[in-house]
Amino acid sequence: MIRVFIPLDSFAVALGADEIADELALAITRSDLDATIVRNGSHGLAWLEPLLEVETPEGRIAYGPIEPGEIAGLLKAGFLTGGQHPKRIGDIQKHPYLANQTRLTFRRCGIIDPLSLGDYRDLGGFEGLKRAIAMTPHEIVQEVTDSGLRGRGGAGFPTGVKWKTVLETEADRKYIVVNADEGDSGTFADRMIMEGDPFCLIEGMVIAGLATKATKGFIYTRSEYPVAIRIVEEAIRLAYEAGIIGKSVMGTGPAFDIEMRVGAGAYVCGEETALLESLEGKRGQVRAKPPLPAHKGFMDRPTVINNIISITSVPIILAEGAEQYKNFGTGRSRGTIPIQIAGNVKFGGLYETAFGLTLGEIVDGIGGGTASGRPVRAVQVGGPLGAYFPRELFDTPFDYEAFAARDGLIGHAGLVVFDDSVDMLKQARFAFEFCAIESCGKCTPCRIGAVRGLESVEKIIAGDRPAENIALVEDLCNTMKFGSLCALGGFTPYPVMSAITHFPEDFHGHSQPVREAAE
Amino acid sequence: MLPILHALQGRFGLIGEEAVRLISAELNLSRAEVYGVVSFYHDFRKEPHGRHVLKVCRAEACQSMGSDAIADSLERALGIKFGETSADGQVTLEAVYCLGLCAVAPSAMLDGRLIGRLSEAKVALLAEEIRL
Ligand SMILES: Cc1cc2nc3c(=O)[nH]c(=O)nc-3n(C[C@H](O)[C@H](O)[C@H](O)COP(=O)(O)O)c2cc1C
Ligand code: SF4
Ligand code: FES
Repeated sequence: MIRVFIPLDSFAVALGADEIADELALAITRSDLDATIVRNGSHGLAWLEPLLEVETPEGRIAYGPIEPGEIAGLLKAGFLTGGQHPKRIGDIQKHPYLANQTRLTFRRCGIIDPLSLGDYRDLGGFEGLKRAIAMTPHEIVQEVTDSGLRGRGGAGFPTGVKWKTVLETEADRKYIVVNADEGDSGTFADRMIMEGDPFCLIEGMVIAGLATKATKGFIYTRSEYPVAIRIVEEAIRLAYEAGIIGKSVMGTGPAFDIEMRVGAGAYVCGEETALLESLEGKRGQVRAKPPLPAHKGFMDRPTVINNIISITSVPIILAEGAEQYKNFGTGRSRGTIPIQIAGNVKFGGLYETAFGLTLGEIVDGIGGGTASGRPVRAVQVGGPLGAYFPRELFDTPFDYEAFAARDGLIGHAGLVVFDDSVDMLKQARFAFEFCAIESCGKCTPCRIGAVRGLESVEKIIAGDRPAENIALVEDLCNTMKFGSLCALGGFTPYPVMSAITHFPEDFHGHSQPVREAAE
Repeated sequence: MLPILHALQGRFGLIGEEAVRLISAELNLSRAEVYGVVSFYHDFRKEPHGRHVLKVCRAEACQSMGSDAIADSLERALGIKFGETSADGQVTLEAVYCLGLCAVAPSAMLDGRLIGRLSEAKVALLAEEIRL
């Protein structure tokens, strides 16, 4: 039986993968072909999606991007035996975009059937968990600490330290909460791992539970991710059925339960304390810290709250050892990071690599410049709260400290590329607008500041006393940066101020002196 | 409470006064508390929406690929603005901020169906499909 792989990943589905799968299924029944369809995750080469692969004696042969309506032509070209076709790519693993990556967290994504436990085990699944079961909680925590893993959700807090706090806090019940809310524009790694390798998420959660003596885990994701929700729910069901979770982990360990929860369209619910409020069924408003969630989190119990990429990086750390993981990376940014290249870019997608490439290497080298063919003008790194970097800063190495040193942040490692048609004044306006729409409303600098900021930028756009209004925006940014309770209000100044600093010509108009705002 | 609200809205298309009353009684919360939750989240609505709901991504990656122009032509093609429902109740047009499709931008979602690489040609097809 010939296996044909058609991704179920949202990238592919949004471009017709379901229709393509239907077409092929119909052809299989009609012509009684000896073939079956496997719905895999995505390898992350988004510009080639939907990317079909067929298993041949010479290995998997890829074709892409395929559009609905192309199946008949493909079959005629001998696609099922790897035949020639204008869209034949060959072995996708040999494609430089994939071959040059260091895939640790995403090593199975795109290759396996995400809902096949057999596939998962065949490619090293549950090796980390098996090792963890034989260790004490302190040993597991130590291993994660030694790996140098820092939270991939944005703040970069050491994961081992967080787990240690939860382990050492006494309570009748403890929780693992996975933050898969991923609201940042330009990011899709969380979604891709849920759709492409959900058992890795489950394995990571169970290890976190063993390490901290937590017995229940929640996955919180967003309603905008219908495919991910379906796949993860099915994977949880299969994991229960196989006895991997439930009354006893893998039949020998303690109990561990997992439940999935879906948000309702509120960006701020990605903030960890707002997420906990939402999980408890309340408005997703940010809590003041302390107490830390590690001390008083879900239902006031000690709670590990980690981004999903932090959690899914744990199985391989346990399987192959902390040292192995730590050897990748640079400075205090250890291991690999799934960089998400998006926006106006030729080769957009997910690129997992060790920290330390420069921004220019990523945008021009890997991304291949803009999709429009025009010059790159700005790159926003780290989502809607991240700074816009101009070409002059393309030598910045991709790591937490280097970006911070240049008033930027890597956040969830998403990059959005803009060509020279971008109007940075408009982007600054959007940053305030987004903050105003998504503010949880708890503190004044954010709630009022965003609205006033939006008004002021609109005045600049209208040419109404630009210099005064730019000064006002700068003042507002300062207030928001230092007076906000959480990073939604606190980081909105990053996109705004970086736009003003690096692209002053868009704010002052060509006839106005550029230095005016500073006077 | 979120799973309950999702279920009710999934079944009835909105969270009405009755639903709020029911939840407050069942969960032993004040109606104001329940209402506070319902109004906080963008997904929940008190008014019925159109037979179709078209959500268009307005966030940065989609902007970089011309989503503003696409959004304008959708407004024109459907004859409504964002946040509105057409007079015949056929469609509601909403903005979303990122569907995780940022590398195949611009993107949209029609009744839960994802759409990537939106173009003027696809807009015309979409508008036609929605009118049916
Ligand atoms: C407004 C706002 C939105 C956030 N959104 C997310 C998100 O979508 N996903 C995420 O993992 N962390 C998000 N964070 C960061 C979390 O608060 C928290 O730092 C993270 O979940 C911790 O996990 P980590 O240590 O594994 O990174 C957000 C923070 C803020 C202030
Ligand atoms: S900064 Fe904004 S989102 Fe954060 S707590 Fe204050 S009002 Fe809420
Ligand atoms: S910004 Fe539009 S899908 Fe992410």
